[in-house]
Amino acid sequence: MASTAKQLSQVAATGARPAVVPRPTATSATRKLGIATTIGIAWLVVFGLFLSPSDVVQSDSVRIMYIHVPSAWLAYLAFIVTALCSAGYLWKRTRSLTWDRFAGASAEIGVLFMAIMLVSGSLWGSITWGKYWVWDARLTTTAFLFVTYVGYLAVRRLGGSHEARAQRSAVLALLAVLEIPLVHFSVLLWRPLHQQASVARPDGKVKLDGLMLFSLFVGIVAFTLLYVWLLIHRQRMHAMEDAVERHGLDVALAERRSER
Amino acid sequence: MLKIARLVALKDLRIEARSRVLLNQVLPFALIVLVLFAFAIDNVGVVNQQGSNQAITTYVAPGLVWLATMFSLLIVVQRAFAIESGDGALDALRVAGVDPAGIFLGKAAAIAAQLVGLEIVLSLGAIIFYDAHLRLGGVVLLVTTLIVATFGLAAVGTLYGGLTAGAKGRETLLPLLLLPVVAPVLLGATRASEAAFGTGGMAVTEGWPWVGLLAVFAAAFIAVGAVAFGPLLDD
Repeated sequence: MASTAKQLSQVAATGARPAVVPRPTATSATRKLGIATTIGIAWLVVFGLFLSPSDVVQSDSVRIMYIHVPSAWLAYLAFIVTALCSAGYLWKRTRSLTWDRFAGASAEIGVLFMAIMLVSGSLWGSITWGKYWVWDARLTTTAFLFVTYVGYLAVRRLGGSHEARAQRSAVLALLAVLEIPLVHFSVLLWRPLHQQASVARPDGKVKLDGLMLFSLFVGIVAFTLLYVWLLIHRQRMHAMEDAVERHGLDVALAERRSER
Repeated sequence: MLKIARLVALKDLRIEARSRVLLNQVLPFALIVLVLFAFAIDNVGVVNQQGSNQAITTYVAPGLVWLATMFSLLIVVQRAFAIESGDGALDALRVAGVDPAGIFLGKAAAIAAQLVGLEIVLSLGAIIFYDAHLRLGGVVLLVTTLIVATFGLAAVGTLYGGLTAGAKGRETLLPLLLLPVVAPVLLGATRASEAAFGTGGMAVTEGWPWVGLLAVFAAAFIAVGAVAFGPLLDD
């Protein structure tokens, strides 16, 4: 990102036409990570769809679990990272827009995978419980978590300087850390009796057999790799967007002057 | 800090006393919402636990009162920050070096005072329109609920109002941010009011744990708001 900024400011200073240099967000490290992710997902497909046994009670619908549980894990991981990065920004000694971009990138990925988790969960619910949605404490809290981070992403797009965006959204991300336990606690008070159909046990009454557990483990590893890969790329994307916003006008002016 | 809070609160209430936006616009809005609820859920009877026939609206009256309060909260908060951001008054206060925690507490107190007035009228509206019966033992519970819940609502409203103040598209953003956060208040206050009104044969004592939840909520957001309001306004 620093090199992009330097390149652009050199262009602005010299007044030269910027050369169109394609700058992918990938480096050799992220390429290797991407390959590892692809292998992991392929593994998950093989284990989840073919090698793992179908369930005695739920038959093949149990395979939804291999997407659902890793998505849930990834979404929670992403939101924790968002909170940590926001704290990293707000703490004056480590203040840097990179923290903010990581927080934003992580929240985007979290919202995406929370949506996947909600959709896959309700599909599974419609097969197993006969309902898409039940007012279970965990489901309700998850819905609130989803809406909260959709709101967080909306606040990130409010405009203003990059520092203003970072400050605002960092405070909001930390407020979410306060809000979610309160929501969860109140929902628990509201519906204490629905626990028997909880997503906490996606297998229902069934004991997980060894191969199922292993497939689930493969899923979690593959999704974690996917998360890191997406996070790095999104963060770089945001860095480039910020650089374009910051220097775009300079470059445009330089171009216009050089035309004369 | 408390002196600043008092000054800010009195200023906001004086503006309200002179402009009467709450009285002439927000209050009629809240009442029409109560009437519309009755249209939406149709006033047919349900058989309650005692086996006697009861209108649906009576059964759900406490929830509707609090839902109407939530909607009104959005308008009150928008209004509270519209009077600040219009002339850049909030920025002026910050430039003058006024303690942001004081501004936060003052604005929250003014919003709370307005909301309590609104809730009293809405509760009376529920008694009149929805035939909700308030027992004598429930009055203390209901009043406590009103006050504690309102502190929580006002604190959260001020915090998120300050966040969106002056931003583009704040009218649409505020509900998205605010409503999920105040959901615990809606839950807690509705259950506590149901106990106070004796809805579905609930005993008055069943309401007090919910008041505890409301108190935790209010304390948490007043404390956090006083700390976080400064950084929010700084940007």
